[in-house]
Amino acid sequence: MKRRFACTLVFTLLASFVIPLLVLSAEAQDETVGSGYINVFNWGEYIADGSDGSINVNEEFTRRTGIKVNYSNFATNEDMYAKLKSGGVAYDVIIPSDYMIARLIEEGLLQKLDFSNIPNYSYILDEYKNIYFDPNNEYSVPYAVGMVGLIYNTKMVDETPDSWSILWDEKYANKILMFNNPRDAFAIAQFLLGMSVNTTNPEDWDRAAEKLKEQKPLVQSYVMDEIYNKMESGEAALAPYYAGDFLSMQQNNPDLALVYPKEGTNIFVDSMCIPVTAQNKKAAEMYINFLLEPEIALANAEYICYASPHKAVVENPEYSLAGNEVIYPPEEAKANTEYFHNLPKETLEYMTQKWNELKIGGSNNISIYIGLVVVVVVVVAAFVIRTIRKKRQNAYIDGPAGDK
Amino acid sequence: MNKSSIGARLAAAPYLVWSVLFVVAPLLMVVYYAFTDDSGNFTFLNFAQLGSYSDVFVRSIWFSLIATVVCLVLAYPVAYLIAMRHERTQRVLVMLIMLPMWMNFLLRTYSWMAILEDTGVINSILSKLGLSPVHMINTPGAVILGMVYNYLPYMILPIYSVLAKLERSMIEAAQDLGANRWQVFTRIILPHSMPGIASGLTMVFVPSVSTFYISQKLGGGKFDLIGDTIERQFQTSYNYHLGAAISFVLMVLILVCMAALNKFAADDEGGLLI
Repeated sequence: MKRRFACTLVFTLLASFVIPLLVLSAEAQDETVGSGYINVFNWGEYIADGSDGSINVNEEFTRRTGIKVNYSNFATNEDMYAKLKSGGVAYDVIIPSDYMIARLIEEGLLQKLDFSNIPNYSYILDEYKNIYFDPNNEYSVPYAVGMVGLIYNTKMVDETPDSWSILWDEKYANKILMFNNPRDAFAIAQFLLGMSVNTTNPEDWDRAAEKLKEQKPLVQSYVMDEIYNKMESGEAALAPYYAGDFLSMQQNNPDLALVYPKEGTNIFVDSMCIPVTAQNKKAAEMYINFLLEPEIALANAEYICYASPHKAVVENPEYSLAGNEVIYPPEEAKANTEYFHNLPKETLEYMTQKWNELKIGGSNNISIYIGLVVVVVVVVAAFVIRTIRKKRQNAYIDGPAGDK
Repeated sequence: MNKSSIGARLAAAPYLVWSVLFVVAPLLMVVYYAFTDDSGNFTFLNFAQLGSYSDVFVRSIWFSLIATVVCLVLAYPVAYLIAMRHERTQRVLVMLIMLPMWMNFLLRTYSWMAILEDTGVINSILSKLGLSPVHMINTPGAVILGMVYNYLPYMILPIYSVLAKLERSMIEAAQDLGANRWQVFTRIILPHSMPGIASGLTMVFVPSVSTFYISQKLGGGKFDLIGDTIERQFQTSYNYHLGAAISFVLMVLILVCMAALNKFAADDEGGLLI
């Protein structure tokens, strides 16, 4: 879901060279086929782009239909929401996560899909239908599925962890990384405390916040994308993160391993939706249907390393990640998983307030206050001395002048 | 003033439009959000909540004060040495100072992470030499280092440009009148470079006190500064009103600091006239 910062940078740099070329070539085609464009808004690095011999999905769509794809990225659901709400661009297809879809539906920002234009929907596995945020399968089509796991370095951690509690183990003080976003961080504490991640009871959030406060002295740093470097280099030994991203870390450091702790973990589904502001609904549905074409879905699943909700992909013998226990864990690992729901505003505010307290509190010591007071006193003293001196000087200069 | 022709005014118009759109309007929005609640009613409640953020304010100001002082101590000799060189050498040296700024700020800070980490560049060299490793990353020192590194050019350049314009004849005159090196420095060079120092102090202090990225990367997210807090209000809390209130207080603080600084600088110029 959240991809490597460096990769994004390189990608952006490359894109700035390549996109003009793409646009040029797309325009050239447009003259021959010609029929409009769609705006697609997706996570970074979340679609096969033709590297490593895969299919360039967006180009392929243009080649087959003549419809151009204006493709852009977001980094968090919240960023996506802000962009969508601002109304600057009319997006035709967006791919947010579960709780955000719930919110968008609640606020009336999504439109119902015409499934007669999306026959490939039949490929979607039953377990990814009727999920809470879209109980009647009207607004969304699952694109990719993931879970949060506990990543650890087998060289640095002696035991095989099976519980989130190892993130509170003083033995690993200063070797522990933690999510730098409130929802994911609180979820770890909540699973450990055996409460729902969607609780609206302030006392529950208090207890979870207490738990995180207890952990803070042991945490090396609160991170998102930096986790790649820190885990790959052995700077840190333990970290919770998205399982799909773990696979690329493991490629760079084979000592890394991942477990799904027994207390349960967060599962998420990113689904394709069409906002009410879409300009080209027909083409958007064509695009969604196209992404569900077996060979396209396979290319994407191989590229993004998240679990696929697509029957033809998981059953395809050529699918290299088929049966991979990290992204397709056995049923018992999935037994305790819980989706994030869209929290009511008060709860969301309470959570972020607690998170703020956690992040800002504690590490100030009295010497900083003393230091600041000393600085202020010195500055004021310097100012006063200077003024007095100047007055004397002026009096000296003015004196003879006044005699004239 | 009265000479400003229509042409001159027209030439200024694009900037005027620009600053109204992108400076004045956003400022007004900050003020509006800071003094209203969700339903748009006037309120002081946002400011009442600020008490719990005093630690962050104090920490930010302290860190950036240290960074500013360190910058000044490092920058002044460098600026002085550059200004005393031959003009062509000066140009090359100034370009060298600016060179790091051609690279993206985020990238540079990110690479400091790799340098300072326990398994990073410095510590792996130390361990190769058989020395014990030093823990540097995720400490206040690392955050301040990040500030100093990123904002040092903003201190060097204004001081340098003031010193470069300093009339050599003044120094010679002072020497003629029997001033020794120390007196030349404290009576002539230092007072004349005050405007440069003042603008250098502002140009380092203001961005460091409001920075938000450096502390997250080099402080491990454990030494939150005002910038981080503001960012979080907008990005994850959706509490624009509290975020705006914090920004507003920060702006007032910066204004007060700048006013005090300007007072000093102005006094000094007055001193020069006398």
